[in-house]
Amino acid sequence: MALLRVTSPHAHGPMSTQRVMQNVLLATVPGIIVLTHFFGFGTLVNVLFGSIVALLCESLALLLRKRPLGFYLKDCSALVTAFLLCIALPPYAPWWLITIGIASSILLAKQLYGGLGYNPFNPAMAGYVILLISFPVQMTAWAPPRGMGELPGLLEAIKACFLPASFDGITMATPLDIMRQNTGLLMEDLWQQNPQFGRWGGVGWEWANIAFLAGGAWLLYQRIFTWHAPLAMLASLSLLAALFYDGGSSASGGSPLFHLLSGATMFGAFFIVTDPVTSAVSLRGRLIYGALIGVLIYVIRVRGSYPDAVAFAVLIMNFAAPFIDYYTQPRTYGHNKKPEGK
Amino acid sequence: MRKTYNFHGGIHPPENKHQSVRTPIADAGIPPQLTVPLSQHIGAPAHPVVSIGDHVLKGQVIAEARGFVSVPKHAPSSGSVIAIEDRLIAHPSGHLAPCIVIATDGKDEWLQRQIPPDYQALNKTELIDLIRNAGIAGMGGAGFPSSVKLSVKEGTHIETLIINGTECEPYITADDILMRERADQIIEGTKILRHIIAPQETLIGVENNKPEGLAALRAAAEGTGIEIVEFPTKYPSGGEKQLIEILTGKQVPSGGLPSQVGVVCQNLGSAVAIYEAVVLGHPLISRITTVTGESVREPQNFQVLIGTPMRYLLEKAGYQAQKNNRLIMGGPMMGFTVPDSDVPIVKTTNCLLAPTESELPTPPPAQACIRCGLCAEACPVSLLPQQMFWFAQGKELEKLEEHNLFDCIECGACSYACPSNIPLVQYYRASKAEIVHLRHEHEKSEHSRIRFEARQERLDQAADEKEAKRAARKQAAEARAQQADGGAEDPIQAAIERAQAKKAAQQASGASTVSELERLEQAVVTTRKRLDTASTKLDQATAEGSDLVSALQLGVDKTRAKLEVAEQALQEFQQTPTAAPVENPPTNAAQAAIEKAMAARASEAALSPSEKAQAQLEKLQQRLQKSQNTLARSRENGEEEKVIEALEASVARLTEKISAAQDQRNEAENA
Ligand code: SF4
Ligand code: SF4
Repeated sequence: MALLRVTSPHAHGPMSTQRVMQNVLLATVPGIIVLTHFFGFGTLVNVLFGSIVALLCESLALLLRKRPLGFYLKDCSALVTAFLLCIALPPYAPWWLITIGIASSILLAKQLYGGLGYNPFNPAMAGYVILLISFPVQMTAWAPPRGMGELPGLLEAIKACFLPASFDGITMATPLDIMRQNTGLLMEDLWQQNPQFGRWGGVGWEWANIAFLAGGAWLLYQRIFTWHAPLAMLASLSLLAALFYDGGSSASGGSPLFHLLSGATMFGAFFIVTDPVTSAVSLRGRLIYGALIGVLIYVIRVRGSYPDAVAFAVLIMNFAAPFIDYYTQPRTYGHNKKPEGK
Repeated sequence: MRKTYNFHGGIHPPENKHQSVRTPIADAGIPPQLTVPLSQHIGAPAHPVVSIGDHVLKGQVIAEARGFVSVPKHAPSSGSVIAIEDRLIAHPSGHLAPCIVIATDGKDEWLQRQIPPDYQALNKTELIDLIRNAGIAGMGGAGFPSSVKLSVKEGTHIETLIINGTECEPYITADDILMRERADQIIEGTKILRHIIAPQETLIGVENNKPEGLAALRAAAEGTGIEIVEFPTKYPSGGEKQLIEILTGKQVPSGGLPSQVGVVCQNLGSAVAIYEAVVLGHPLISRITTVTGESVREPQNFQVLIGTPMRYLLEKAGYQAQKNNRLIMGGPMMGFTVPDSDVPIVKTTNCLLAPTESELPTPPPAQACIRCGLCAEACPVSLLPQQMFWFAQGKELEKLEEHNLFDCIECGACSYACPSNIPLVQYYRASKAEIVHLRHEHEKSEHSRIRFEARQERLDQAADEKEAKRAARKQAAEARAQQADGGAEDPIQAAIERAQAKKAAQQASGASTVSELERLEQAVVTTRKRLDTASTKLDQATAEGSDLVSALQLGVDKTRAKLEVAEQALQEFQQTPTAAPVENPPTNAAQAAIEKAMAARASEAALSPSEKAQAQLEKLQQRLQKSQNTLARSRENGEEEKVIEALEASVARLTEKISAAQDQRNEAENA
């Protein structure tokens, strides 16, 4: 056997990009299950259909860019984008909405910039924002949670996706919408008058958040990412919520717990903010990056007019990430430090 | 327990050390051939002092050191020299290098050994000489001669002497087994080092994955004041800078030496070699090498002679060549692959790793960088590997240097951690090589620029002189006319003429000195050559019993006589002071004399004297300015010392000239 000539190191660690992506996919499963439990099969259909579209889009882009299909599809990054976008979409979204969203994510936000690793913006969030701006009605139509109306069955969910005209789903304001629009009610009254509110956050939402938190904790345990960005985001969001809680008055922005367990908070913290490609790289940088996203989420939730703030907050900070990296470069060994004893 | 510090980053690759420590050190024996490379470490190659056919004894010097960063080579066993030629050696670039090949006779006969006196009685320099003459070079990574590391600048205060027993690379157990079996020798060697360095404290640093070795060392160090420090296992804690940080909390400044933070580091293997050299009088002719990997049946440590072919050693351990996918000298993190298993073991061969394909698989193609930052988290130097990768791809060499590329120790932790399998270190190595290459190019062009400027200056000077001569001639003619007119002797004119004559003579001799010297040297060289060929012919004839012998003998004698004459002539010539073919200060003096005289004369003739002197002064000042600029630039660019010295000398000369010119002007003004 001819001896191989390669340079060091000869050993390689157990981590691979493929494994990172697969673990992320796996970690979304509890969240998807809880969403399906509370809102029906809509999310599941979104995710399955979105995945197929994503693989097709990715293949198309790779063919156009004359890249080997198998090698790049194997990294599973297209699937991750599909999962993340489709989880964020309202359940029972029509096929065209999903298709436009995925195409924007994969073709515009990712492949146009040169593919995985070169995209400055989180593809899923970029796709989400494009949809939100273009189709605000469809994007804000959230189904009511279990117990507040009939949950459509699987067949109906599929019909909703492919024959949207024949689907007559009911929609309901989300707890975040209600909170933002509230002007006159004390927190206590708001909770009593709206059945959408559950124990800490919205019915269904709170459990979905807890499920995503569990998935994120597992990823942390697997060392897929570090704790810095997600914890910093959750901390700054809670801090602001606590500061402006205002004792639960009618001017309150909602309690810290409400914010932690509402909307896409946990999903964002552990699946979006942690996207390595578009976040800051150094640990200190990630603390700053996460904390600022938390601040933006709070501000946009309370002052803005969109259903949730995670996507906007993340995109804005994607933009700032290179600057954060620039200002948080670590001190190299043996630099900027006077030798001792002189 | 001593406080230890942590360093940034690091990784925990599987250790795979247990395989090779199950049996004690085995003797690899004497292979039929030993191939000793003349340069097996950093620094200048050694110069062979034996010839083909010579019989050598074990321990005999076969090549002498050349230069400070160089050590001599010794015959690892007795036998005869059969070749001095270029052979394939273990080197990352896999190139050929000069080697001395010895066919062993199996007797392993020692040269008459000199047991050195008790080291306590020897001073630092004597001990360092002893260590250098024993050929001891760092036995870990780079193989830096130990004597160089020990020659700390006079007056540097060394607080800590560190013996590096970390051995953080997976698979390697050469130091571990030394600790288990030869702890006493390690401690003795350490004591010698302590005697040389005289530090405040002496530490032996060992990772905590070697409990047996640690226990043996502790027992041996009892009561010696040498402290055995244990710290958590993490790669690359054995990097010199990392170890210094672990043990002292100090960081060696970038580009600096450990002695700048009061530390001297030595390898554990070197300590044993030093013990053998200083106490037993053995030069470094063998070492401990770990042979391991799944392609050998019995992984273990060997005491092996330097120069042993790797294949010979591998076979001792049950090598299964067909299973082996690559042969690595060193460990899996920093070792390099060797092109062929026939290359010899050298002083730095701490490990031969012969893995199978499943053990260390061929790297898959790299995927895109996902900026996960795992590389940056792993980097022990706190670099930003992903940024450097980006710049390396874009060939942004300046950015790379700004990101401290040259602080990268090529430990491979980043590549190990990278999920996308990007061969990061390979990029850094290539970029470093490219930057070094460009620097060389730049230096070269700088040199030619300096040469060009020097030439320009010479031409200017020549033009000035010509001008002066022309003026002098004109004045001389005028003077003669005057003389013809007035008749009286003009003393100044006479002085000018005298000076001119002298100058002309000197210039002539100056020019001829160079060519004369060259001619003589040439004569010596050619005569010597002729003598050589004649002698060879004579030898041949003698050997063949030819009848030309006497004729040839006559020729040789004659040539030898000629050579002697030529050499004598050359020597005599060199001793005469005019032979120095340097810049010509006498000419300048003559020039100055002429100028002075002319200035005086001109002043006499009331020809705007001070103006002329002033002009001259200004010209000189301009030249000085120019030279000073060049000098400053060269200093900034870190030019070679020679160049800087030459430039300094020329600045000094110009300064002198200027003060002379100032005097002249003042004189002129006063007149
Ligand atoms: S470890 Fe590899 S993929 Fe991750 S940031 Fe570094 S170079 Fe990029
Ligand atoms: S090889 Fe260089 S960049 Fe990579 S981890 Fe080691 S020191 Fe850092």
